[in-house]
Amino acid sequence: MSAVINLLQVIGVFVINTVASFGRASIFLSQIILGFKDVILRPSLLIKELYSVGVLSLLIIVFSATFVGMVLSLLGYVTLVDFGAESSLGVLVALSLIRELGPVLSALLFSGRAGSALTAEIGLMKATEQLASMEMMAVDPIRRIIAPRFFAGLISLPLLTMLFMAIGIYSGYLVGSVWLGVDEGSFWSQMQSKVDFQGDVINGMIKSAVFGFVVTWIALYQGYNAYPTSEGVSRATTNSVVYSALAVLGLDFLLTALMFM
Amino acid sequence: MGCDNILSDTFIKIRDLHFSRGNREIFSGVSLDIPAGKITAIMGPSGTGKTTLLRMLGGQLQPSQGTVEVEGLDIASLNRKHLYKARRRMGMLFQSGALLTDLSVFENIAFPIREHYQFRESMIRDLVLLKLELVGLRGAHALMPAELSGGMQRRVSLARAIILDPVLMMYDEPFTGLDPVTLGTIVTLIKELNQSLGITSVLVSHDIHETFSIADYVCILSEGKVMAAGSPQELMESDSEFVQQFVQGKPDGPMPFHFPAESLSNDLLSSDFKAGQHLS
Repeated sequence: MSAVINLLQVIGVFVINTVASFGRASIFLSQIILGFKDVILRPSLLIKELYSVGVLSLLIIVFSATFVGMVLSLLGYVTLVDFGAESSLGVLVALSLIRELGPVLSALLFSGRAGSALTAEIGLMKATEQLASMEMMAVDPIRRIIAPRFFAGLISLPLLTMLFMAIGIYSGYLVGSVWLGVDEGSFWSQMQSKVDFQGDVINGMIKSAVFGFVVTWIALYQGYNAYPTSEGVSRATTNSVVYSALAVLGLDFLLTALMFM
Repeated sequence: MGCDNILSDTFIKIRDLHFSRGNREIFSGVSLDIPAGKITAIMGPSGTGKTTLLRMLGGQLQPSQGTVEVEGLDIASLNRKHLYKARRRMGMLFQSGALLTDLSVFENIAFPIREHYQFRESMIRDLVLLKLELVGLRGAHALMPAELSGGMQRRVSLARAIILDPVLMMYDEPFTGLDPVTLGTIVTLIKELNQSLGITSVLVSHDIHETFSIADYVCILSEGKVMAAGSPQELMESDSEFVQQFVQGKPDGPMPFHFPAESLSNDLLSSDFKAGQHLS
């Protein structure tokens, strides 16, 4: 009997902590959104963060997109050629990248590169009392530090995803048509006729915007609520990447079901 | 007990302050008044909540019971807008310096001005250089915080704290880890700032000699209460065993050295004792 009570107690504590954490994260988000006005009034802060969050993520996005597109094209060709359907390779590569791989892989890479950096930066600012000192200088750290980073993440990820898709498709073309000899006209024309701008491209970008919102929110919240020690910052950074990955994968299924069923 | 018996013009009024962290009670009914235009030192053994008290004066922590009034404003009841307005009149020197690591020394000091005012660049430059001259670091204006020693960071932080000419300055352990020359300069600077600008200063420190040399009033906190208060002279001459132990740094006396715990023999003989685990 006591084991059951203990189990209930553990579950109860977990549920209460989770709900409380969601509540705190929601309040945090509402404070960030209130900081939108400050971001608009001082675009230089946003531009600085766009560089740090977006531009510095370019290398990993370009590199990953190139190889993902190449592997996708190679494996697609190996499968399609048995059925004499290699002319559909362009459609396969494009739809895979636009609907699924582009938004999801970009978000996972973004959370590993930019999300973890945001968490560690904010966590260390907290641990070294930089955020507290700003408060004492009558500068709200959520509006001055957090909000520009949030909106930079929100803008950057969809742009990086578009780049991921474009580079992935082009590297798929290089492998499929230039190397393996799939007819160039079939590759591009089938892609053009089968890929729907509204149903595929726009939906892919909506997914990416949702992922950008969630990943940046998680990263900033974890950093802002990090325990102000080296272990606390380390744990927050790990949590940021793990929670972001789980949220992206879970939301991806949900959004895919809503968009493509 | 409080400083209220020795004051005329009160700047900060603290009444029946209670605050806890987890199960540990930090303040259990602290009441004290801090006079305007004077240097008041808050002293006491480590872990008695001196820094916590400063955080409450700045509205960064909320008391669980009681009130903290600064210039007649109940800090805990202020909304965000009014709290930030009140903070513009405060300066705080953090123990760690708390400089913004991505900004140079110059930009760190200019930061509060750039955030709150639309001054011309030449005016910002003049203000910053004057404050840097005051703390002896004009030559270091282009350095980054990582290139400064701990003492230099504290001096830059002091320059930043006074850049908006606050009416209340809070110093959290300003004398820790400074070389003798810098220490003497900082002590003089705090005194001069107080006298020339009429700033109300609240100073948290362990350093008896330096603090007693500049403080007008001293409050000693321990076990969540104000244990003694008065001018440095009064405390030096106090008959209280507690005060004498503190000011003379005697190892034995009423002030507990040990954190509250079971008896050593109980812990050594107990089979239930689990090393490194929380008691509660």
